[in-house]
Amino acid sequence: MSAPYAKLPLWVEYALIPLINLVVAFLVAGLVVLIVGESPLRAATLLVQGAFGYGEGIGFTLYYATNFIFTGLAVAVAFHCGLFNIGGEGQAYIGGLGVALACLWFDNIVPWFVTFPIAVLAAALFGAAWAFIPGYLQAKRGSHIVITTIMFNFIASSLMVYMLVEVLKPLGSMAPQTRTFADGGQLPRLDWLLSTFGLDIGGAPFNLSFIVALVAAFLVWLLIWRTRLGYEIRTMGASPSAARYAGIKDARVIIITMLISGGLAGMMALNPIMGDQHRLQLDFVTGAGFVGIAVALMGRSHPVGIIPAAILFGMLYQGGAEISFEMPNISRDMITIIQGLVILFAGALEHMFRPTLIAFFATLRGTRDPAEAPAAGG
Amino acid sequence: MDYFQIALVTLEATIRLSVPLILAALAGLYSERSGIFDIGLEGKMLAAAFAGGAAAAVYDSAFIGLLAAIAVSVGLALVHAFASITQRGNQIVSGVAINFIALGATVILGQAWFRQGGRTPQLDGDSRFQAVTLPFAETLQSVPILGPIYENLISGHFLLTYFAFAMVPITWWVLYRTRFGLRLRAVGENPGAVDTAGISVPRMRYMAVICCGILCGFAGAYLSMAVAAGFVKGMTAGKGFIALAALIFAKWKPLNVMLACLLFGFLDATAILMQGHALPLIGEVPVQFMQALPYILTVILLAGFIGKAIPPKAGGQPYVKER
Repeated sequence: MSAPYAKLPLWVEYALIPLINLVVAFLVAGLVVLIVGESPLRAATLLVQGAFGYGEGIGFTLYYATNFIFTGLAVAVAFHCGLFNIGGEGQAYIGGLGVALACLWFDNIVPWFVTFPIAVLAAALFGAAWAFIPGYLQAKRGSHIVITTIMFNFIASSLMVYMLVEVLKPLGSMAPQTRTFADGGQLPRLDWLLSTFGLDIGGAPFNLSFIVALVAAFLVWLLIWRTRLGYEIRTMGASPSAARYAGIKDARVIIITMLISGGLAGMMALNPIMGDQHRLQLDFVTGAGFVGIAVALMGRSHPVGIIPAAILFGMLYQGGAEISFEMPNISRDMITIIQGLVILFAGALEHMFRPTLIAFFATLRGTRDPAEAPAAGG
Repeated sequence: MDYFQIALVTLEATIRLSVPLILAALAGLYSERSGIFDIGLEGKMLAAAFAGGAAAAVYDSAFIGLLAAIAVSVGLALVHAFASITQRGNQIVSGVAINFIALGATVILGQAWFRQGGRTPQLDGDSRFQAVTLPFAETLQSVPILGPIYENLISGHFLLTYFAFAMVPITWWVLYRTRFGLRLRAVGENPGAVDTAGISVPRMRYMAVICCGILCGFAGAYLSMAVAAGFVKGMTAGKGFIALAALIFAKWKPLNVMLACLLFGFLDATAILMQGHALPLIGEVPVQFMQALPYILTVILLAGFIGKAIPPKAGGQPYVKER
């Protein structure tokens, strides 16, 4: 498929266009705030203050951002292969099962730093396993991955309810959750990291998973742009037929990509389960899998873009909670709207402002050229 | 209760539960047959349910509620159409976006307007659709077997229920017996050929997506103004995705859509009924398994083990006129 649009300067392509899309999304969100009868400016101030104004706020912002880095990377890796993995939600949910099982088995026997690598592996394995079937069906049977991953989200949800209610719930307990992990199943907080900047983390559950997320982001960059497999993944994404002619085994690449994507989504479970709640609960993912779609679109599927995009959504989650104290009309559901708008403007409508920009830059060049022409002629 | 009564209750629940699925799946059928994938059925249904519940409560009229539901649903459908037809954006991404916008906006606006925790006020009397009793339902009641069947299964539903089942043959007729339907199917299979024949591809697709919006509006209105007396936060609860599954399960054919929706509705009805009861031979089936069954069945179908589900050929691809 040839690009139907003229080339734009790199900074316009990778900075200005995403920024415009983001600004439009937030303007529309501001309109909703206005309809509800609150001041968008005041909401924005509250949002930023709540998210970055004090140590505990920053701790919570980064805690949420950790979730979204994982799920954003998961969606991005699949995007590079031309696959749309909507199943991050279910893969993270099942990944939680892996983390919980690792913690339940080892938390009383060994210290946390022994449980930790096992839990990371278990999370990645369980998440990857849940992505394997959709990946396999796409590669071998041509079943549309979007549909199968949606179906697997619902199947995961039913499975986890069954596991928590019938299998993992301790005897005599009413709540559908596992027992609380002992010290061997709890990740240390990163309060020392923020206190080096003179910030007091307070009760924020900002923990070691954040470092894992950053390492994962670096590894994804390494994988996609510096390895042979990454090259094959990108080739598949750019042109499946070209990849096939080049001798790339497409089925194999699709399945491996989905395994990596599912593994990344599964690792998201580390953060809430081992880092914060220290037990497995129903619906602990709370939409992070879907936020990953917005994060990947906004970050243009590049780790360097995904991390700030994840922090932005972390800010929305944390600051959104603060807004709802001050403005009872604006609950956390406002974030869902913003998330939808970001997906709409940065994803589906990403080319809407491109023709205008192309025309704008063409006229810019047009007005400059005559000025230069005499100089060249003379 | 004897077995006849149990069967009657189950089938009655099956019909009640499958109506929104039929409406939403038929909505998806129009859109997807024209080549526009729509995973935003859930969001449109939810927004329509909210708009219907809100307008019916404010104006005290079920009819105005229905109109509002359709208007909002068509509005969202047009956003999807603009993104995926005019802007040639990714149709899946656009659908995902609409689901989230609807999910958030219904709660935020509901809370701001009615202050009942995201609910709309209770509907009654004129503001809610009432069940219709067909003639002779009372008199035939005493007739054994046929009487109760007529009274409970055929009579005593909402107008929207009859509308949903009527839409099945109507959709079949529109798709296979009218010029509009032929063009709609063609535009989903081979838009280039339709374009060559001098018919506007974007126009056809816009019309199909609007049809989709109208039917999603009916589905939403059914949820908030007929089975329930008002909108409740997140009340579609994944029905849009079950409808999508049913549409695929039905291989994009109207009659199959009805059967698939009835099957999924039946699974839902039996799941509620079977809770805590053991089946002969199998033992007690976990209710979660019954809830997941429509999705599992769809995946098995997609894997090609029960025939093959072949989507419309040009589905998901924006049409670019050659220059």
